[in-house]
Amino acid sequence: MSILNTIPQPSRWSRIRDSKIGYSFRKNPVAVASLGIFVVIVIMAILAPLIAPFDPYDPAQIDIMNSEYPPVWIDGADPQFLLGTDDQGRDLWSTILYGTRLSLMIGLCAVTLQAVLGISIGLISGYVGGRLDSLLMRLADIQLSFSTLMVAIIFLAVAQALFGSETFNRYAIYFLIAVIGVSEWPQYARTVRATVLAEKKKEYVDSARVLGFGPLRIMVRHILPNSLSPIFVISTVQVANAIISEASLSFLGLGMPPSQPSLGSLISSGFDYIFSGSWWITAIPGVVLVVLVLVINLLGDWLRDVLNPKLNKG
Amino acid sequence: MLAYLVKRIFQALGVMFVISLIGFAIQDNLGDPLRELVGQSVTEEVREDLRDELGLNDSFVVQYSRFLGNALHGDLGTSYFFKEPALDVILKKLPATLELVFGATLIIICLSVPLGVFTAIRPHAIFSRIIMGVSIIGISIPVFLTAILMIYVFSVGYGWLPSFGRGDVVQVVGDWDTNFANIDGLRHIIMPSFALASIMLPLFVRLIRAEMMEVLQSEYVKYARAKGIRPWRIYFVHALKNTLLPVITVGGVQIGTMVAYTILTETVFQWPGMGFMFLEAVNRVDTPLIVAYLIVVGFIFVVTNTVVDLIYGLVNPTVKLARMGA
Repeated sequence: MSILNTIPQPSRWSRIRDSKIGYSFRKNPVAVASLGIFVVIVIMAILAPLIAPFDPYDPAQIDIMNSEYPPVWIDGADPQFLLGTDDQGRDLWSTILYGTRLSLMIGLCAVTLQAVLGISIGLISGYVGGRLDSLLMRLADIQLSFSTLMVAIIFLAVAQALFGSETFNRYAIYFLIAVIGVSEWPQYARTVRATVLAEKKKEYVDSARVLGFGPLRIMVRHILPNSLSPIFVISTVQVANAIISEASLSFLGLGMPPSQPSLGSLISSGFDYIFSGSWWITAIPGVVLVVLVLVINLLGDWLRDVLNPKLNKG
Repeated sequence: MLAYLVKRIFQALGVMFVISLIGFAIQDNLGDPLRELVGQSVTEEVREDLRDELGLNDSFVVQYSRFLGNALHGDLGTSYFFKEPALDVILKKLPATLELVFGATLIIICLSVPLGVFTAIRPHAIFSRIIMGVSIIGISIPVFLTAILMIYVFSVGYGWLPSFGRGDVVQVVGDWDTNFANIDGLRHIIMPSFALASIMLPLFVRLIRAEMMEVLQSEYVKYARAKGIRPWRIYFVHALKNTLLPVITVGGVQIGTMVAYTILTETVFQWPGMGFMFLEAVNRVDTPLIVAYLIVVGFIFVVTNTVVDLIYGLVNPTVKLARMGA
């Protein structure tokens, strides 16, 4: 008894550190570096109002006379603007911080919406089965056969024409989250349904039913935890895709307005000036966007390899 | 098989019906046809008479069935801006977009097959690792950024290739002008095609690699090896054949997706195709053109998906059995 008591309980942190996933993470320099960069970007985006030297949403701080200054390492720069200024005279560094914040927020909210919709539909479809199942899966097939980008472009274009650009710009962020969130639900629904179909026949589900638990409790508390690992893998890829979709839509002028730029609308406003030599307005937000999406994709790749049961057995 | 065919065609018709409903709803709510016709300087009574005459006061069912009847006759309304039938406007722009898709498809096929096969045969070679690394970077770069980068390097920087438009095109038949007939046309189509291909290429390389690696593990490939058939014949004749089935089905669906991405490439390169026209129509609130585009693009998606599904059902016997049972 005394021996048992002297061994300290491993802390939660060291349990995570020594688990299979934690071990594989420490042994994979790409995953460590990706997570590091991702965390840095997220922290900077969250702290944007504190660390940005200027407020890009405050018209009083924008002077059109300051427009198109190059970054500080190039001749002719103004030292108060670290990465130069954009076409409206906004400090590019501050605008990128705020833009990254918007892009990340839209990506995460859209994926959350996808996950909530897709997981609930998948659970119901798999658990109830029968007619409802085939109807929902047929709908998923049809939804998947239309490219998300196409659906989003047409929906946003019609919304913009219908509400006028002023109202549209004010609610653009909600439109973007809604359209990206709704059009990708089948990705989750199909995966969750497949796990439900595999799990529903197992004995623990039968015993839960015998104990008198309701279907909702069985679905959420018993079956759902078993489909978490594919959900994690899908989520990383989906966040990366959602950020790219948002950037593409904003680039087309169907997303965030230039007065409240996300990374995509910043790149778009810089594109008009690329021929006059002001490459930094496009290039620097572009690099931030690519790095952000790349590290999420790399993390997703690593996660998929780790959680893949086929690879683990070998 | 016949039952499956009929079922699939009915589903396609159902989807087209829903798309036409959406199109009608847009036409009904977006913009005012009277204002486009007569402007502001007409009294309320004349307006009301005109509304009656145009049938704008009819019930929903009557108006929708008129819309559907016209649509089935190929009449999708008249563009406010071009003063021409909307379908004609779109069909005039269609060849430019299709040529872009064709160019991109050509690039994807020519590059993804050799690269995918190579990375599958030699997964540990340095070149394979480079390809896989580049492919994940490629997936992470949005199409429009690739396009801008290409313009900056090859047009602004070196001045090798033109940055916008279709250049010198050669007329083939009717409205179909081709870019593939002379040097200037080819120079104009190179960058847009590569930009469009850049989003799909990594996907296909990875798909072919994964399928190929699986096929190479199978018994019949081992047997072919044991028989002493030369390796390149095993890879490109025996193994590749079985790799291509999933690739073709994914590819067929991706052709529809590429139509969406043409909107991005056409915007960057000012390519005078359907997508570029659609964004202009949106800015002008040219409702008939928006609705016509929606219906044409919806039609392209439905047809490609139905055909791909049917081919899949025809070629792959296991799927056919499973699906027909269901």
